[in-house]
Amino acid sequence: MATKTPHEEAATWDHGASGSAKKYKVLGTRPIRHDGVDKVTGRALYGADIQLTGLVHGRILRSPHAHARIKSIDYSAAEKLPGVLAVITSHDFPNLKDKMADLGEGTVNLADLSANCLAHEKVLYKGHAVAAVAAVNAHIAEEALKLIKVDYEPLPHLNWVLDAMREDAPLLHDNVFTSEMGKLAKKPSNVPVHLHFETGDVEKGFADSDIVIEREFKTASVHQGYIEPHVSIAHWNRDGHITIWTSTQGSFTARQQTAELLLVPVSSIKVIPCEIGGGFGGKITVYLEPVAAILSRKCGRPVKMVMNRTECFEATGPTPGSFMRLKLGAKKDGTLMAGEAWLAYDAGAFPGGMIGPGCMCVFSCYEIPNARVDGYDVLVNKPKSAAYRAPGATQAAFACESVMDELAERLKIDPLELRLKNAVHEGSRRVDGPVYPRIGFIETLEAARNSDHWKSKLTGPNRGRGIASGFWFNIGLKSCAAANVNADGTVTLIEGSTDIGGSRTSIAMQLAETLGLKAHDVHPQVADTDSVGYTDVTGGSRVTFATGLAAYHAGLDIRQQMQARAAILWECKSDQVTWEDGLFRHGDKTFTFRELAGKLNQTGGPVVGRASVDPEGPTNGFGTHIVDVEVDPDTGKVTILRYTAVQDAGKAIHPSYVEGQMQGGSVQGIGWALNEEYFYDDQGKMRNASYLDYRMPTALDLPMIDTIIVEVPNPAHPFGVRGVGETPIVAPPAAVAAAIHNAIGARLFELPMAPHRVWAAIRDKATAG
Amino acid sequence: MVKKSHVATTINGEAVEFLCEPRHSLLEVLRDTLHLTGAKEGCNNGNCGACTVILNGVPVNSCLVLGVEAEGSEITTIEGIASESHLHPLQQCFLEDAALQCGICTPGFIVAAKALLDRNPNPSEHDIRFELAGNLCRCTGYDKIIRAVQDAAAVLQENKS
Repeated sequence: MATKTPHEEAATWDHGASGSAKKYKVLGTRPIRHDGVDKVTGRALYGADIQLTGLVHGRILRSPHAHARIKSIDYSAAEKLPGVLAVITSHDFPNLKDKMADLGEGTVNLADLSANCLAHEKVLYKGHAVAAVAAVNAHIAEEALKLIKVDYEPLPHLNWVLDAMREDAPLLHDNVFTSEMGKLAKKPSNVPVHLHFETGDVEKGFADSDIVIEREFKTASVHQGYIEPHVSIAHWNRDGHITIWTSTQGSFTARQQTAELLLVPVSSIKVIPCEIGGGFGGKITVYLEPVAAILSRKCGRPVKMVMNRTECFEATGPTPGSFMRLKLGAKKDGTLMAGEAWLAYDAGAFPGGMIGPGCMCVFSCYEIPNARVDGYDVLVNKPKSAAYRAPGATQAAFACESVMDELAERLKIDPLELRLKNAVHEGSRRVDGPVYPRIGFIETLEAARNSDHWKSKLTGPNRGRGIASGFWFNIGLKSCAAANVNADGTVTLIEGSTDIGGSRTSIAMQLAETLGLKAHDVHPQVADTDSVGYTDVTGGSRVTFATGLAAYHAGLDIRQQMQARAAILWECKSDQVTWEDGLFRHGDKTFTFRELAGKLNQTGGPVVGRASVDPEGPTNGFGTHIVDVEVDPDTGKVTILRYTAVQDAGKAIHPSYVEGQMQGGSVQGIGWALNEEYFYDDQGKMRNASYLDYRMPTALDLPMIDTIIVEVPNPAHPFGVRGVGETPIVAPPAAVAAAIHNAIGARLFELPMAPHRVWAAIRDKATAG
Repeated sequence: MVKKSHVATTINGEAVEFLCEPRHSLLEVLRDTLHLTGAKEGCNNGNCGACTVILNGVPVNSCLVLGVEAEGSEITTIEGIASESHLHPLQQCFLEDAALQCGICTPGFIVAAKALLDRNPNPSEHDIRFELAGNLCRCTGYDKIIRAVQDAAAVLQENKS
């Protein structure tokens, strides 16, 4: 095959002035998703649905303390309980040295990862795994946990970043030293990293400003809240091969982490990704896979482990709680002159939180000539923080957009116009360095300004309207695809991106468009790690963009091979066969794709297209949200009356699922804004680790969520796709805060803006007024 | 080991008997004993609705019903919503309206919505939001789910007339 690899092809595509007005046959339509019928009839197999011969069940004993030294563990009584097959602690794990592993969307220290799966000398948060049991059923495993005696020496705990940053704070780890501008501190601390970005002359910028506003913000930890709990099944076969059925956002990443923790070659593990019941970033890190594998090795049976909801809250990925100080300076006409942000995000119990993207995103929407960002990753006694939809960006946007809103109020400028005046565009440089290629931020603001919502009048007491914008990257990363041409003219697409929200279909549609087929003539399959080339996680808003790109290249590969087959039949040269409007053509001779697919066996056998891509340089997604609220002055309860999300999707492949991402992200942001939080008592224990008490938004809490898709094609993708999954969660808290201010005349600086805080703000304003 | 009880029920129109321990929830029986894994476990304490089934005409969280309590009852699960040859209009509308993303909550929503439409064929948006408030979805923001139920109600009304 003489096909060019994607790296030899142009890395950018010129979409011309007309851009999204290009005529597509498949892209932009709304076919029923390929896996749909299975999912509405209960047939789709999620991790917990898998049954295997000889399957047994594992459960985990977890720490009742926020911070304690483990003096001893005695599980002899548990082992004797009839039905118990194996008990393990961290001593059953290989002893790993500090080594960083690249998981695609971030790196992880393997020693920390191992200690998070089963605690070593110390437990670092309530819910930290201490020991695991496999038994013939989950009830017996549960009973066995109660027979394990752990002797703890409780230690002082820390839940709040500013407490953990104090000089005299107790240490979570005595081997963590602050890394600052490439230098490592000599004394251990709870701050693994201090990041610093600076551009221009910040002091002069503030001095030249007509107005300077500085505010402090706090946000609580929130959880991704996926409805499917973590689940893994592992079978360590007697030939040394390990098979893992799991709910993961990245089967290859799960394979790599598990292999590194167990010190086995990656090729000895096959990860079979099951249907996944939500992830939002929280299902990238392994929690159960290695534990189930070691239990399986010990008892010789496949072991299924399913977390309960309390375990999900107490032991898996909250997003960081944060303290932020943010300052903006501007001229009277609204031109931003200077910005300064000081961000401290908690990382949970192990280094490596979301402070990096927080620092990159905080000023990402605006041109600020003089800016400084300081960011701190801070250890506290909470579960290790995990990615959550645009990780780190929502907190930062809450701070920056809230100060922008106040700036607009004080300068008497419309908040949308203030954003337009300072909006980043092609050629603008972010404070952390990168220069934007073609982006669509201004277009989202203009679409918001032209929307029915923005043009409508909001009337009635205690009501207010707010607007805010948000930014998130689309990381590229690695994706593979293979596509087999069937004799009936359909194509089977093999890809490795676990499908959380309909990506099978959006990828298949891109292959269909490339080959002139209908969406349902392509049959997408999400394959296991032995059946498809390495593919990075479903995260970073990358799948429709990068795996879609792989599908496109696999399509080009098929087209080229089929042109050669047509040339054989027509006795001409390959390059004399053209492809246009779904037809192979030479002179007046034509083949439809289907006709030619039926002749492959006469011309050399099956055609398999393949592609491996690793697009470099993240691209960018922007959104602007408008919200109307009503505040109950007696209780402080906030009701969302109307909501509109505007976003640049580049090219919306399947508009329904783009809208779905915008709506779902908006509502997660609304939950973050108004209600969700990890509520800790003075013992450092989470007191609301159930859905009832954590209280995510229900159908009754919300109106319809209106969406406006803007299409400014992405030059890094042949169809102009931008990832859309994450940007929608970024703007909502700031937009809701602005709306509350508009309703009650007081500003809130802490998330969640729960009734008691809103009520207190109303009371304080009345007292002051 | 505790002695198991014998329970006789009708599930999706068929007579089904099973043995269960007193501590087994109906959800465990459906999923682990009868391999009807369409009902999902999201919380196991009645908060999320992913395990919703219709028990004697009433939508219930099957994680909050004991298996032994099901004696003599009629149960409809997600596996019993479609006919032999056709999806139920709710299922069809969920697909056409893209009312699911990850799909884990979908069986619970469809079963709960079926119970609603059986009782109230012409619900308002508020009725739907109220009746489905016990079913959590984290992906969709509910918008497309509500529309799918509205559309299914319209299809069912049309089929009737």
